[in-house]
Amino acid sequence: MSLLKVDHLAVEFQTPDAAVRAVNGVSFELEEGSTLGIVGESGSGKSQSVLAMLGLLARNGRASGTALYQGENLLTMPPKALNRIRGNRLSMIFQDPMTSLNPYLTIERQMTEVLELHKSMTRRAAKKRAIGMLEAVRIPEAAHRIDQYPHELSGGMRQRVMIAMALLCEPQVLFADEPTTALDVTVQAQILQLLRNLQHDFGTAIVLITHDLGVVAGLCEKVMVMYGGRVMEHCSAADLFARPSHPYTIGLLRALPRLDEEGAALRGIPGNPPNMAHPPAGCPFQERCVDANAQCAERMPALDPLNGDATWLRACHRPVEQMKSLHEEPSHV
Amino acid sequence: MSEQTILSVRDVQVHFKVKAKSRLPWAPPRTLKAVDGVSFDLRAGETLGVVGESGCGKSTLSRAILNLIPATQGEIVWMGETLSTASPRAWHDVRRDIQMIFQDPLASLDPRMTVGQIIAEPLREHRRGMSKEETTQRVRAMMAKVGLREQMINRYAHEFSGGQCQRIGIARALVVEPKLVVCDEPVSALDVSIQAQIVNLLKSLQAEMGLALIFIAHDLAVVKHISDRVMVMYLGHVMELAGKDALYAGPRHPYTRALLSAVPVPDPAVERAKVVQILSGDIPSPIDPPSGCVFHTRCPIAQPRCATEVPSLRAVSDHAAAACHFA
Amino acid sequence: MKASLAPLLQKAADAPLEGRSPWQDARLRFMRNKAAVVSLLMLAVITLACIAGPMLLPNQFDSADWNAMSAGPTFAGWHLFGTDETGRDLLVRCLIGGRVSLMIGALATLTSVTLGIVWGAIAGFVGGRVDNAMMRIVDMMYAIPYLLIAILMVTLLGREFYLVVLTITVFSWMDMARVVRGQTLAIRSKEYVEAARAIGVSTGGIIVRHVVPNLLGIVAIYTTVTVPGVILTESVLSFLGLGVQEPMTSWGVLIQDGVGVMETAPWILLFPAGLLSVTLYCINFVGDGLRDALDPKDR
Repeated sequence: MSLLKVDHLAVEFQTPDAAVRAVNGVSFELEEGSTLGIVGESGSGKSQSVLAMLGLLARNGRASGTALYQGENLLTMPPKALNRIRGNRLSMIFQDPMTSLNPYLTIERQMTEVLELHKSMTRRAAKKRAIGMLEAVRIPEAAHRIDQYPHELSGGMRQRVMIAMALLCEPQVLFADEPTTALDVTVQAQILQLLRNLQHDFGTAIVLITHDLGVVAGLCEKVMVMYGGRVMEHCSAADLFARPSHPYTIGLLRALPRLDEEGAALRGIPGNPPNMAHPPAGCPFQERCVDANAQCAERMPALDPLNGDATWLRACHRPVEQMKSLHEEPSHV
Repeated sequence: MSEQTILSVRDVQVHFKVKAKSRLPWAPPRTLKAVDGVSFDLRAGETLGVVGESGCGKSTLSRAILNLIPATQGEIVWMGETLSTASPRAWHDVRRDIQMIFQDPLASLDPRMTVGQIIAEPLREHRRGMSKEETTQRVRAMMAKVGLREQMINRYAHEFSGGQCQRIGIARALVVEPKLVVCDEPVSALDVSIQAQIVNLLKSLQAEMGLALIFIAHDLAVVKHISDRVMVMYLGHVMELAGKDALYAGPRHPYTRALLSAVPVPDPAVERAKVVQILSGDIPSPIDPPSGCVFHTRCPIAQPRCATEVPSLRAVSDHAAAACHFA
Repeated sequence: MKASLAPLLQKAADAPLEGRSPWQDARLRFMRNKAAVVSLLMLAVITLACIAGPMLLPNQFDSADWNAMSAGPTFAGWHLFGTDETGRDLLVRCLIGGRVSLMIGALATLTSVTLGIVWGAIAGFVGGRVDNAMMRIVDMMYAIPYLLIAILMVTLLGREFYLVVLTITVFSWMDMARVVRGQTLAIRSKEYVEAARAIGVSTGGIIVRHVVPNLLGIVAIYTTVTVPGVILTESVLSFLGLGVQEPMTSWGVLIQDGVGVMETAPWILLFPAGLLSVTLYCINFVGDGLRDALDPKDR
């Protein structure tokens, strides 16, 4: 049963120089309790898609399309209704915990606010619940820490607080926008393990937005690869890493430096990220794509099932069998 | 890669005075020990990768090597000449041979200068006699070498993408044909597909020009692709210094082991089967570093001895040295 | 024919493309701001009128027209702004007064901006105790009640033209000093300055090649902020009778004259006051336009 059904989501920003189409037609479904990784580089539109769904776009942004949550379109919901859902059924954590936490309020105040608002709890009951949650995210001396201010905690701990805050109301979906990018590698490992455990314990669906394919491999069952505001490939993580079928995915995996590979040379993708102020008419990847042909510049390929498998979607004009990218160098397997 | 050692760093320390905890005049002043005794040698044409997490001092070390932040103690010997006590005049001449590439590609370029002027600046500084035509010619040649179109010579930095800006930075560093280039996280701010381009560019230029590189990064996988030897730092100290193969195949220091196991691998099967060595706690502050071995507060194999005795960096095999009592 | 074209075409293809400097970007953005552009034109018109007007108009600023004393604005005798109680043509007096006000404004701005830049740049670049001392002096200047001191200075030193400029300068340089110091500090810690040091550029070279060009933006903005203050200060001093001496006049003096006969001959107040107001508004809009055009946050 799908929790979230997104169809042709598009986001446009009005800037004095030009209208920027950050997201140009994204569609996906999210099942209950599943983990989806949204992967992309800069300009791919991965963050903006999620921000649009939660009504967190900047003032000059407009979202179109549909994002159905329990049958209702999040994009056209009145703010009051959206507020009841946000933080409650759908919650989000961000990249930089220092700027996402209010430096002037104690941790306790910020957490109890969520519970008082959505669960109508008293302050005392909310504090107890909050301490319990801080313990669940493995913050030592939770009862003492809860009265501290964000700047008194380290980066890793602040991120745990964010996660605790996001899970207070036991949401159905947790959106995580680059939650570990700003953290050191050893702290990242801690946070990822925490997310895995929490997902197992609470059954929350997680949507993880990141540029780090390694993180996705460890946490997500399904992966959606975005480029230039569109979805390029959407399949299970196992399939994506073992048998990538899209030229961009293949290029991305080949460009990744890996610890487990011996002596393989890095292959960059030639060219530069797209300019979203003037999006190309056809496929946004075509000017960097080895497999591009004339059709690619004119028409955006549809996101179609690969070989009839509805769980493996791919947007490419070039059929898999004819792809040059696949044969240039053996993939990592 | 020749056997000639071009750079010798001996027990370099960079300490900063920080405000005391309380405002009272008799409160003892505190020191931030960004770099606390780092030693290594570098040979001509070699690439030394320097990795570590926040607070390890790798960036400060790079600034100390170039005297942008003077070392408070220790020696830096370049081509046999002790630089740490050198005059500004001597440093000026050395700067022709030691150049730097920065982390933020756009911020390291003056927004009011054209690309041509940016790349020509080292030439203006170190080759005073060069004519305008020759300078322009060299700049164009350098631009072609790093993969920039020569017609862009009059464009401004903000008109380029991140990867192209980093190419400009590389061109600027290499136009005077230095012997050593210190790269401070040169690809951290770039997309993955662009990272690979820049890493490959650096490697090919290194081979072509016989450069030695000090490559600082927090991404262990990138460092693996470009380094001959790798130095792992933690809280201003060197934990391990080993040949690339030795380090990645068989790390001797517990911190290196934890670091390597924490790096996510883009392979779901590997990731799920992996047992990550989770280090307890957070990285301590360099203002009040732990006594003895600075890593002992988080080390899985710490013993009482580790809190009192500082382990020295000693050879544990032909290709590796580790600073651990139990390596 | 084709053979000779080829090298030409090749040359054209190889020719360097012109870049869009931050200045050109700023100019484009400025031109898009209609209020700023209109204000700039208005200022140009006013300045031109003040310079050329008195030479073209038949009336003199100090000659009395006995046929039209305290006359309202009329087309007869070219008294488009009317005349004052002694029959002097107000239009010409306004324009002559404009010359003085604008000239004092320009001169005092020039001196105070120069002083402010030098002060702020030294403080920002040297840093440490010197910076501290210099900024405390700025703070002290802010604390001094300028009007009292201005009255004192004028009373002691006299009312020569250059002394008025000096008095105004003494109290108008602090904003620029503070702002330049702040910007210098910001630039000093930028990565491209660090890069220049890594290349081996001397401190002098860094100041000339990197700091100054990046200061110009903020200097331009704050110059346009200083000008209205300076003109207003001059007007206030003149209004109090401490400005330029008779028979020279400025807008402040004219306003002073007008206040006395506000009820019977309101135009004597309204026209110079109106000109002063319009000029100040226009300078403010131009300043706003510059600030938006040069705003680094947009990048």
